[in-house]
Amino acid sequence: MIRDPKDLKRYTASERANHWVVGMSFILLALSGLSFFHPAFFPLNQLFGGPVWARILHPYVGVLMAVSFLIIFLRFFKLNVMTKRDIDWLKRAHEMVNGNDHNMPEQGKYNGGQKALFWALGICMFLMTVSGILIWRAYFHFDITAVRLGVLVHAAVASVMIGMITVHVYAAIWVKGTIRAMWYGTVTRAWAKQHHRGWYRQVTGK
Amino acid sequence: MPLQSLDIKRRSATTTESTQARTPIEVAKLIDVSTCIGCKACQVACSEWNELREEVGENIGVYDNPTDLSAQAWTVMRFSEVETAGKLEWLIRKDGCMHCADPGCLKSCPSPGAIIQYKNGIVDFNEEFCIGCGYCVTGCPFNIPRISKEDGKAYKCSLCSDRVAVGQEPACVKTCPTGAISFGSKEDMTELAARRVEDLKSRGYENAGLYDPAGVGGTHVMYVLHHADKPELYSGLRKDPSISPMVSLWKGVTKPLATLAMASVVLGSLFHYVTKGPNEVSRKVEEEIEKEDAQ
Amino acid sequence: MSQNKDAACPPVVTRRQFFKISAAGLGGTGVALLGFSPKDAHAEVRQYKLLHAKETRNTCTYCSVGCGVLMYSIGDGAFNAKSEIMHIEGDPDHPVSRGALCPKGAGLLDFVHSTSRLKYPEVREPGSSEWKRISWEEAISRVARHMKNDRDANVIEKNADGVPVNRWLSTGMLAASASSNETGILTQKFSRGMGLVAIDAQARVCHGPTVSALASSFGRGAMTNSWVDIRNADFILVMGGNAAEAHPVGFRWAIEAKKRGARLIVVDPRFNRTASVADQYVPIRAGSDIVFLGGVINWLIKNDKIQWDYVKAFTNATSIIKEGYSFDEGLFSGFNAETSKYDQSTWNYELDDKGHIKTDPSLAHPRCVWNLLKAHYARYTPEVVNDLTGSPVEGFLAVCKALGETSVPTKVGTILYALGWTQHTVGTQNIRTMAMIQLLLGNIGMPGGGVNALRGHSNIQGLSDLGLLATSLPGYLVLPNEKSHPTLQAYLTATTPKTLADGQLNYWGNTPKFFVSLMKWFWGDKATKENDWGYNWMPKWDKMYDVIHMTELMAQGKMNGLIVQGFNAAASFPDSNKVNAAFSKLKYMVIIDPLATETSTFWQNHGESNDVDPSKIQTEVFRLPSTCFAEEDGSIVNSSRWLQWHWKGAEPPGEAKSDQEILGELFVALRDLYRKEGGKVADPILNVSWAYADPKAPTPEELAKESNGKALADIPDPNDKTKFLARKGELLPGFALLQDDGSTACATWIFSGSWTQAGNQMARRDNTDVGLGNTPGWAWAWPANRRILYNRASCDVNGKPWDAKRKLIAWNGEKWAGIDVPDFKVDAAPATGMNPFIMNPEGVGRLFSCDKLVDGPFPEHYEPMESPLGTNPLHPKVVSSPAARVFKGDREKFGNHKDFPYVGTTYRLTEHFQFWTKSVRLNAIAQPQQFVEIGEVLAKEKGISQGDWVKVSSNRGFIKAKAVVTKRIMALTVNKQPLHQIGIPLHWGWIGVAKKGYLANRLTASVGDCNTQTPEYKAFLVNVEKISGV
Repeated sequence: MIRDPKDLKRYTASERANHWVVGMSFILLALSGLSFFHPAFFPLNQLFGGPVWARILHPYVGVLMAVSFLIIFLRFFKLNVMTKRDIDWLKRAHEMVNGNDHNMPEQGKYNGGQKALFWALGICMFLMTVSGILIWRAYFHFDITAVRLGVLVHAAVASVMIGMITVHVYAAIWVKGTIRAMWYGTVTRAWAKQHHRGWYRQVTGK
Repeated sequence: MPLQSLDIKRRSATTTESTQARTPIEVAKLIDVSTCIGCKACQVACSEWNELREEVGENIGVYDNPTDLSAQAWTVMRFSEVETAGKLEWLIRKDGCMHCADPGCLKSCPSPGAIIQYKNGIVDFNEEFCIGCGYCVTGCPFNIPRISKEDGKAYKCSLCSDRVAVGQEPACVKTCPTGAISFGSKEDMTELAARRVEDLKSRGYENAGLYDPAGVGGTHVMYVLHHADKPELYSGLRKDPSISPMVSLWKGVTKPLATLAMASVVLGSLFHYVTKGPNEVSRKVEEEIEKEDAQ
Repeated sequence: MSQNKDAACPPVVTRRQFFKISAAGLGGTGVALLGFSPKDAHAEVRQYKLLHAKETRNTCTYCSVGCGVLMYSIGDGAFNAKSEIMHIEGDPDHPVSRGALCPKGAGLLDFVHSTSRLKYPEVREPGSSEWKRISWEEAISRVARHMKNDRDANVIEKNADGVPVNRWLSTGMLAASASSNETGILTQKFSRGMGLVAIDAQARVCHGPTVSALASSFGRGAMTNSWVDIRNADFILVMGGNAAEAHPVGFRWAIEAKKRGARLIVVDPRFNRTASVADQYVPIRAGSDIVFLGGVINWLIKNDKIQWDYVKAFTNATSIIKEGYSFDEGLFSGFNAETSKYDQSTWNYELDDKGHIKTDPSLAHPRCVWNLLKAHYARYTPEVVNDLTGSPVEGFLAVCKALGETSVPTKVGTILYALGWTQHTVGTQNIRTMAMIQLLLGNIGMPGGGVNALRGHSNIQGLSDLGLLATSLPGYLVLPNEKSHPTLQAYLTATTPKTLADGQLNYWGNTPKFFVSLMKWFWGDKATKENDWGYNWMPKWDKMYDVIHMTELMAQGKMNGLIVQGFNAAASFPDSNKVNAAFSKLKYMVIIDPLATETSTFWQNHGESNDVDPSKIQTEVFRLPSTCFAEEDGSIVNSSRWLQWHWKGAEPPGEAKSDQEILGELFVALRDLYRKEGGKVADPILNVSWAYADPKAPTPEELAKESNGKALADIPDPNDKTKFLARKGELLPGFALLQDDGSTACATWIFSGSWTQAGNQMARRDNTDVGLGNTPGWAWAWPANRRILYNRASCDVNGKPWDAKRKLIAWNGEKWAGIDVPDFKVDAAPATGMNPFIMNPEGVGRLFSCDKLVDGPFPEHYEPMESPLGTNPLHPKVVSSPAARVFKGDREKFGNHKDFPYVGTTYRLTEHFQFWTKSVRLNAIAQPQQFVEIGEVLAKEKGISQGDWVKVSSNRGFIKAKAVVTKRIMALTVNKQPLHQIGIPLHWGWIGVAKKGYLANRLTASVGDCNTQTPEYKAFLVNVEKISGV
């Protein structure tokens, strides 16, 4: 729906759908994965019909996430190439975190933090996919050392990834007006001007 | 619900203690490789008692059949022809779960109660709770657990916990024709092993010894070896086995710490929000936009 | 054990017990918020499945160790529960097995439930390619009709000399060595009553030579000591056998001996499973054992490792042999080249006027046994041994020294052997050589000593004891021969030996008592003094119709019928291709077996394994399903002569019936035909005593009591006329009461004492060790519950034990007493000069076996019929045994060492039992597929690697199998030439759940041991080549 015709288009419907496929698969994967991560989370597998179903479903969801993540990655990697500006932004990120973003360098569609997260998630996803395949016993039988490494990497990277995505989600919640970009595909011009002035200028020509 | 006949020392994926008050006798199985003739009676008795039937396989040019452990074969004999100092030896080792004091399988298992270590030393799989993830396989330093192709669950020797629970010896021990497999308290088995080692030394096996590797806290299945200095001669028995650092690294305190780390990210975010407040579009920018719109 | 179960699990706990594990710490608040109620995870061991299952005691049906088994069946024995065996494990009370079972015994469950078990009577009509299910009535009546027609047409009433021979040769019978004694004794009555002389059992292809070798040396043809007694040895030689492989549980006592400090040496063509736990392994060329052992004799003499007191007192070393005895250029005196037979008259003692043996205690006489022995073996030097056997000299000397050490009275050595010695043309002589060594060392009669023949089938000892062999009767009596025994008087004169030395017991002097009691069992009230106890009704043999001879007759079309009771003849007989052709010429074949076998399906096409055309085979084959051990009561005799009773644990599958019922029904049907129609030589059939409560189903109890014997009249006590030793109708307490006046009936004199007025002695279960591992209260051993034969020889001439630590019995001033039943006259004081070998008329053990064997009084090395050398360096003119019986066609099929350069030798694997366990899934899993073992050197020459397919062929046939390339078969140098041996395990065929394979006996030659015709399976010539996938 169109809320305000002057809002700026940030994501297309296809991009949003893509994102939410990744997002939902992440949630499913995190919940089922956590249930095997530590006993405290074990009951989470009840969401999936019990631990065996959780074990069976987890890798298939993983494949879904890997594929949809790859599409997102291909869609956005050019926009996430790091520039000097981004480095400057990152150097001053603590100001941003402290709630003082007025002196932050001007940013394009994505700021340095987002770009860093993008690449980090990309690496994590790659590692998760490879290690996941190593330990997917239903179809693959790798050397025991490889499997052991796979289990280690999968768990370690998963916890990092969960942390990063928590930050990603929090950032969206914290920075008001952000989430709608992924609901409606649009952001307000004010939001864009404040947080991504470079992009704002680019799309509005101002 | 009644207490069961074997007290539990540890359960997989369980963060609290099991009942620890009683201290039953710690048991062990001693396999004297020097008197084992490789007849496979233990293999057959194991399958018979546990109602397992592996597929009828093929001869692959050696006596080993079944050729490997499986969900249907919890113990197999491994034969190796070794020439030491010009003397031929046919070293035959009964392979199967070692029932480690520090069981890697139990450590890596994510399913509460799927792997249990009884206080008598037996490490048992409860397939009802097995989720088939195969982590036990990665945790085992001896390459023992096998995932069934039929039900996807992990299986291995139970040291006949059902027999031991009612006071009997395991099926393989009872059936062993030459008495190469013994069963009793770990203390008695260690003593028996010492006597066997002494006999072997008197027959010229200077390096005879007991295999009870400390790297896994000792085992409840032990071997008397003629060449204890070279366990790898016995179809690749590991010299100093321990749980892979890749497994132990992640299964010790690291996972709880990682859990804490994840939790702190969540909590950190929450407290960031309530302390720093939301990051909203500044009034100034809003006004600039309104101004533009007015133009 | 049931009490243990009850103690551990009180009956109130009958449902699954769950241990509640605290789930605290699992959830955490987050989870609670999500609304989960974590399910309790319970930890619990699998419930003990035998809690109230019915437990039945039995004896393992496979080998002759006779391990005790406990069978557990579904239901607690309630009327409404149908028993089915669900689990079998070892009986911990059993003194030999102590709960252990080998891989075969441990897999018994899958034998009981084998998919190859027969359930219904079936017939394969002539030319048909399938089985047809028929009723028992039809089966029995059709078989009876075949038998009657054939017997009427072919039974011989009298021979050319007018001697009544009652011989029915056109039908043969094979008896089952895994069946009970009770089935066996009924088979004896059934078959001899019909006039069958072509009757044999597995002993023929197995331990026949043991009986002839040990009987000709010591007086009885059985394992001298017992399984547990092996632990008392200081030195154990395993040669001509592979005890660990074939008798794993018995072998435990060799390991026990080792744990007590004994040394164990293995001499074998292969580094086998026994060698894997031995102190030393010495390789040898298959078929050269006499060279090795003859070399040992020579070494012992040269190095004076002789127990002189024993040898002088208890052997015939001092006896003087007739003038005219000689050995020259490979031949003993008296050889007739035309008949290939010896005139043995010179091979005997020189007797004095009283008919007693002349002796020279100084051993100076040139013709005394000692000097003949010394001269005979002087040729067997260590160099000759090395050259002919391929054994390294140091290995040979190690064996000599180890044996030599036991020549002192306080050191004892034993030998464990089996078919590695028996299955040669010189099988009997192989064993004889070792018997002589043990006499020289003073090891016979000693605990921890003896010559221990490890027998095969679970009741092969019993079937030997019951005389189910071509020329035998129960208790090692001989079946009357038409030439030597035309009358009862002639029989008794010829078979009752005269004492050859003063004061000897000469127990065979009682032969008339044994034989007349046997006749009373055969013919009952119809046996009277007037009719010579029915002697004329007994079948009389002209030639020995052993399995090789039977095959030849069948192949020549001279036999019409074959009754096969639990015997896989197609697989067990030599030259399988010939056997199959021979079966194809039969008119009818009757199979009584619990399992489907190659024999019952010989007419089926199984590709290359059995390439026959069913439509061209006109044999009518009946297949009658019988029970197995688990489904019957009865006794079987283990290798150490223990008669152990076992109990039925479940009903047989389908319509299967016990052998006793099948024989009973068949006999009654035949007798009815003779009653109704009359027939040729009907008297024996009409007169044979068949007085069973249900003639169609004699019970094990009835038959066991018949074997024991009973008094037919009051038997007065000769010392006190007012008393009786037994009253009319009572079971006899032992064979000492047997009479030759018809007042006792006894089927098997040596079993007398097994079921007395005091009850079934075979069912006794007191396992108290009274010393040296002897458990006289467990079961019952023949003879007279003696556990170690010739135990008088464990004491010196004065009756004092040679070794105080090994005191079995001793003379206490009044009688012989101790922990074993004296194998001696209990009140015969040492001063009487009575000697320990009471079955021998000379009272001593025989170093020189006189005329007891057909191929020489001293063992001599002869090459196997198919010799890899093509010569015999000891006497090139006489290469192989001159006294071997070879049928013309079989001789033509011998191969030579140029075309077939390698020595083939067949053997068994511990995972399998004969040809049964390929039908047993648990065993098929443990050893699934046929293979041959090839040494690394030969394999390299032939380009064969691990797991390749190879074809092994002899001049008679071929097999295809997987190759196990091994260091354990070493290349040898023999007669200066390289020599390779190929190991051929024999367990495969076309029936069963294991991978299909070939009958190993397609390769073997149809020729047997000179004395017993046990086939030469251990040394024949083959070639080997690599083939591509099969």
